Amino acid sequence: MSDIKELFADEVVTKAIVRDVELPYGAGTMALITLDNGFDHTKPSTFGPGGLTSLNEAVDAVAGRTDLAAVGVVGKPFIFAVGADLKGAALVSEREQALAIGKLGHDVFRRLGELPVPSFAFVNGAAMGGGLEVALHCTYRTISSGVPAVALPECFLGLVPGWGGTQLLPRLIGPESALKLIIENPLAQNRMIKGRDAFKLGIADAMFEGADFLEESLRWAAQVLRGEVTVSRTDHTAADWSKTVADARFLLDMKLRGANPAPYRALELVELARTASRDEGFDAEDQALADLLMGDELRAGLYSFDLVQRRAKRPAGAPDKSLARKVTKVGVVGAGLMASQMALLFARRLEVPVVLTDLDQARLDKGVAYVHAEVDKLLGKGRVSGDQANRLKALVTGSLTKDAFADADFVIEAVFEDMKVKQKVFAEVEAVVSETCVLATNTSSLSLTEMGSELKHPERLVGFHFFNPVAVMPLLEIIRGHATDDATLATAFAVGRSLKKSSVLVKDAPAFVVNRLLTRFMGEVITAVDEGTPLEVADHALDGLGLPMTPFALLQLVGPAVGLHVSETLHAAFPDRFGVSQNMAELVAAGKPGVYAPDFSLDPEAVAIFSGGTSPSTAEQVRERTLRALEQEIRIMLEEGVVAAAQDIDLCMILGAGWPFHLGGITPYLDRAGIARPRFLEPGVASVPA
Amino acid sequence: MPSSRDVVFVDGVRTPFGKSGPKGLYAETRADDLVIRVIRELIRRNPNLPPERVDEVAIAATTQIGDQGLTIGRSAAVLAGLPKSVPGYAIDRMCAGAMTAVTSVAGGIAFGAYDVAIAGGVEHMGRHPMGEGVDPNPRFVAEQIVDGSALVMGMTAENLHDRYPTITKDRADAFALASQEKVAKAYADGRIQPDLVPVAVRSAEKGWGLATADEAPRPGTTLEGLGTLKTPFRPHGRITAGNASGINDGATGCIVAAADVARELGLAPKMRLVSYAFAGVDPEVMGVGPIPSTERALRLAGLSIDDIGLFEINEAFAVQVLAFLEHFGIADDDTRVNPYGGAIAFGHPLASSGVRLMTQLAREFGERPEVRYGITTMCVGMGMGGTVIWENLAWEGAK
Repeated sequence: MSDIKELFADEVVTKAIVRDVELPYGAGTMALITLDNGFDHTKPSTFGPGGLTSLNEAVDAVAGRTDLAAVGVVGKPFIFAVGADLKGAALVSEREQALAIGKLGHDVFRRLGELPVPSFAFVNGAAMGGGLEVALHCTYRTISSGVPAVALPECFLGLVPGWGGTQLLPRLIGPESALKLIIENPLAQNRMIKGRDAFKLGIADAMFEGADFLEESLRWAAQVLRGEVTVSRTDHTAADWSKTVADARFLLDMKLRGANPAPYRALELVELARTASRDEGFDAEDQALADLLMGDELRAGLYSFDLVQRRAKRPAGAPDKSLARKVTKVGVVGAGLMASQMALLFARRLEVPVVLTDLDQARLDKGVAYVHAEVDKLLGKGRVSGDQANRLKALVTGSLTKDAFADADFVIEAVFEDMKVKQKVFAEVEAVVSETCVLATNTSSLSLTEMGSELKHPERLVGFHFFNPVAVMPLLEIIRGHATDDATLATAFAVGRSLKKSSVLVKDAPAFVVNRLLTRFMGEVITAVDEGTPLEVADHALDGLGLPMTPFALLQLVGPAVGLHVSETLHAAFPDRFGVSQNMAELVAAGKPGVYAPDFSLDPEAVAIFSGGTSPSTAEQVRERTLRALEQEIRIMLEEGVVAAAQDIDLCMILGAGWPFHLGGITPYLDRAGIARPRFLEPGVASVPA
Repeated sequence: MPSSRDVVFVDGVRTPFGKSGPKGLYAETRADDLVIRVIRELIRRNPNLPPERVDEVAIAATTQIGDQGLTIGRSAAVLAGLPKSVPGYAIDRMCAGAMTAVTSVAGGIAFGAYDVAIAGGVEHMGRHPMGEGVDPNPRFVAEQIVDGSALVMGMTAENLHDRYPTITKDRADAFALASQEKVAKAYADGRIQPDLVPVAVRSAEKGWGLATADEAPRPGTTLEGLGTLKTPFRPHGRITAGNASGINDGATGCIVAAADVARELGLAPKMRLVSYAFAGVDPEVMGVGPIPSTERALRLAGLSIDDIGLFEINEAFAVQVLAFLEHFGIADDDTRVNPYGGAIAFGHPLASSGVRLMTQLAREFGERPEVRYGITTMCVGMGMGGTVIWENLAWEGAK
């Protein structure tokens, strides 16, 4: 164990502090254990070897006492405990160490459920992962209705809730609800549930309000001990779990197609929980934890988590925040769907006036009406109050002329993707706005430098590339042109942050990051089809990666016309690497929404358009050429300085394309699949250290 | 609007009182959280009272800054989860803060402006030492408007000994010892615990705990021990830490209602408000304040001191209780006076104490149906006294 303690040398130790509490109604003395890492709620309590040892010592101190009626566990204010300390986990290099972490957690936590007196967990705040498992080991649980987050997020990262979670939770609340927490939520953008939901699911036996949660919990505990309150539990092991497990496996296969081992291991463990003894179940968890800790998928998951948690918040290359100018009014050129979506987002997040302009009154009215209708939807869902809805609606207006931009600080265009059109728009905008007003373009592929070439002040032009749907996708590619100055860039990053987007600084290069890589990726798959590979073979060749959708499904989502347009732009820039498929052009000409019919079967007419190739590839060949193409393109992008580092490529693919954590975006996967030579990342980064 | 209606005291609770300071029970607990706990317990103990029927929340604090600021009656009401439609305010008459909160809402009820109100007080003297942030007008001293000792409560108590030469330090110590003994007995008899609200207390070092009893009482106190204590306010003086209340943290609260509304809601009131009065005296002998305020309250009620069967007098200092008793010709050890003991043992978190007196009187009334009238009274800094006369609703004569 001293071995694993060394790995966690930087551990912020969560101390388990024991204090006696006299329970109401003469119910006796409770030894109340407070879990507290000595920081406020912004640094939640976690468990590394030091924290586990402290809890073990606390249990030692109470286990020998004969004067106790009960043992309780509670967290520091606003936090119960949020699970394992993951910083040390990334340093584990041997299976024995991995196994030791799992065993230590079990050895300590299980004692809470095996004391001679009942144990009570008082879940006063966020309870995640190992934190929730501490509570599950206790005999009884209360939860505060104010708890913002209850979750077992292990599968999100590439682990399983392996300190008892997979064995205790299904028995407590049944396999279906347990799988929701253990697998479904983590794989749905790591969704968390609130205290009230946790109580409804049966995770807690009683719920009390935050204002006097601990007092009322202690009162309840006293009543339980005195037999005045009885807690009823369902024996879920009597039921047949096979259908629930099979359904879950089916959904997993749909989503992951076998990629990412963690959810599958979690499912096996849940299945085991119905019949396994505590020892067997906990032992199986130890083995699963050790296997996963020694796998690169988890390391990629931890790497990805760090990217979205840390790197996304401090974008590489962003200028000093203090240079940012205040934005008190926003102009949006255009009133189409994209422009309206942006207007809504700006109004909601910046809470400043937003003016849409268009030459056509009808389009303008439609754009403003769209925003108002969306606000009404938010109101209907209770996401905004009536007053807020009035405020948001009043913020968004339309104007037929650009005079309305005179006092705007930030004007973004969302007009037709054509250089001449955009140049003309910006010339008109520049004629009315102040000298410091930032001009932003939502172009997905045009050169920023060329776009600004005719401006009087090209230093104020910046690229601000949203992903569709604007309100949902978290990535913003911020593009710096040759002339863009630091104040403009800083303002763009500040606006991005206010919009709650994660911004990545990208050089002015064709199609920036996400579209360039997706186009290269799809280009290889389409070329393989053009050459004669059956559509279904090519489209499923990369299933093993567990991407959110197949290449042709993505094409369908984007629309073949848009896909074709981007491929033409990239072909013009890099004719050697980006082709334009004649079959794609025909598909667009035929007005097809894609190769799939509405029922997801292949559209025979689309199949006909793509037929005629004479040198088919195998799925493996398609996979390999596609990955090699990605590797080559990323290498070139890094050489060109499109982004600061491979980490930014990965961040873009995770946030902009939804590429999964277990691939680490993409470069960790290319490294571990042996495609990248040399590696993009040092050994040990997003991989098991040698 | 009716011009006057009967006002009743329905129920009162308080937090255990802690000793102020870094090692005290509430060293790391906010003052407003103590108030919130009290409000929630009042609502919980009186399920017949729909929270939206509370028309006012009046909370007193002497130092109204920080966690005792922000119009604490309103902010505590919101944080306690009362409907946002329930208003609240902050009130201050130093030691008589909670008492004034009660009389103020009672006046509003009698006038018909409210049906039901919550009134109480808080003082976290650890977080807000007496005199924090005060800026006395220099004219007080320059123009000799008050004596220089007027703002130091211990000195005013020494001055009171001067005014009543027959009240010796020995008498004060004997009274203090009796207070400790009465509190110990009241605890042993379970008279205090039913009206205490347990408070979860957190210490970064010791973790979470639960405050279930007053921290200040010293059950083992002896006369000899009291005799050895220092007299910090005067060399060879009479006031010691043993015959005065301490520096404390705590909160109190009660439900006050119109008698007819209490009936309508099915509440169980314990006392009827008979009369109340406040009076001013020389600030340098503020401890005599209860004498004129009580005389005035008796006159308003048409009662004499002989009609009073129970006295709850705040023991800011033993001398101040003894001065009151001497004035009205009551013996030092009269069993009608502070039967459960007083602030010398319980502690005196300034603005909260008034409702502690009422809560104890209400419980004593319940046990003493032969008593019809009782008094709650206290002295107040800057030379004041406050008195409230109550009628026992459990009085057997009414049946």
